[in-house]
Amino acid sequence: MARMKFICDAERCIECNGCVTACKQEHEIPWGVNRRRVVTLNDGLPGEKSMSVACMHCSDAPCMAVCPVDCFYRTDEGVVLHDKDLCIGCGYCFYACPFGAPQFPQAGAFGLRGKMDKCTFCAGGPEKDLSKEEFAKYGSNRLAQGKLPACAEMCSTKALLGGDGDVIADIYRQRVFKRGKGSEVWGWGTAYGKPDQPKAAPAGAKS
Amino acid sequence: MTTAHRLMLAGAAVLLAVGISACGERDQVTVYKQGKYQGKPDTKPWENDPAVNPYPGSKWDKGDKTSWERALKARNLAQNEYTRVE
Repeated sequence: MARMKFICDAERCIECNGCVTACKQEHEIPWGVNRRRVVTLNDGLPGEKSMSVACMHCSDAPCMAVCPVDCFYRTDEGVVLHDKDLCIGCGYCFYACPFGAPQFPQAGAFGLRGKMDKCTFCAGGPEKDLSKEEFAKYGSNRLAQGKLPACAEMCSTKALLGGDGDVIADIYRQRVFKRGKGSEVWGWGTAYGKPDQPKAAPAGAKS
Repeated sequence: MTTAHRLMLAGAAVLLAVGISACGERDQVTVYKQGKYQGKPDTKPWENDPAVNPYPGSKWDKGDKTSWERALKARNLAQNEYTRVE
C-alpha cells in the first residue's frame, strides 16, 4: 500500500461543507475547532473554485520537524499523528504548517491555547484502538474499523477522495480523461463528463 | 609615517573588515531535521479484530495486514462512481 492521501477535485466541490459536518459529527469536535474546512477562491464570481482542506499528512511534514517535544509520528500508512499527552500547545506546528491544519481548542476561561488538535485521517492516536480514551483525545478510529475517512466517504459529489494514494490517483486520472477538458470551463460537463453523443437521426427523418 | 598615521590606518582596516563581515549571505532555505518520536507506541489498525468492532465496517483477518489492505482497497474503489454506474 502506498501512503494515505487526500485529493480534492476543485471542479466538483460545490462548497456544501458536508465534509466539515461529517468530520465534526464523527469526532464530536468542539466549537471553534475545524479539522477540515472549505476554502473558496473568487467567491461569488463565475468560475469560483472551492476546495476542502485539512491536514495533508505530508511525506516530509514540517510540523514534525519543528515540534520541540517530538510528539509527532508517522504510521505505516503514511498518516501523520501526534501524542496529546506530550503536546505542550506551543503552536510551532501551526506556524510551520502550510495548510493551517493544526487547531488549538480554547482551554480555560481566558482562552488559553489547549493541546493541538488536527485531522487524524480518522486513524485515532496512540491509545488503545477504539477505546474511550482514544475517542476523547483523537476522535473516531475508522481505519481500525476498516473504513476510510468520514469526510471523503460522505462527500456527495465525490470531490474529496481519501485513501491509498495510488488508488485515488487512478480514480482521479480516469475522471480527468472522461472529462476531456481542462479547467477553462465550469459546470456539469466539466465536473462529471459530457453525455454520450446522441445517435444520428436516420436519413430522411424529419428534424 | 608617524605613529598617529599608523594607528589611523590600522583603525580604518579594522572598521573595513567589520563592515564587510556584515555583507555575508546566509542560506535562506530551511533544512528540516526530523526529531525522534518521544510518545506512546500506537497499535496497527489490522491488529484489531473486526468481529468485536462495535461499528462493523470491512472484514479482514485479525493481524493480517494484506487482508486489511485488500478490504480497505475495496472500500476505496467504491469512491469511483464511474465503475458503479457503468
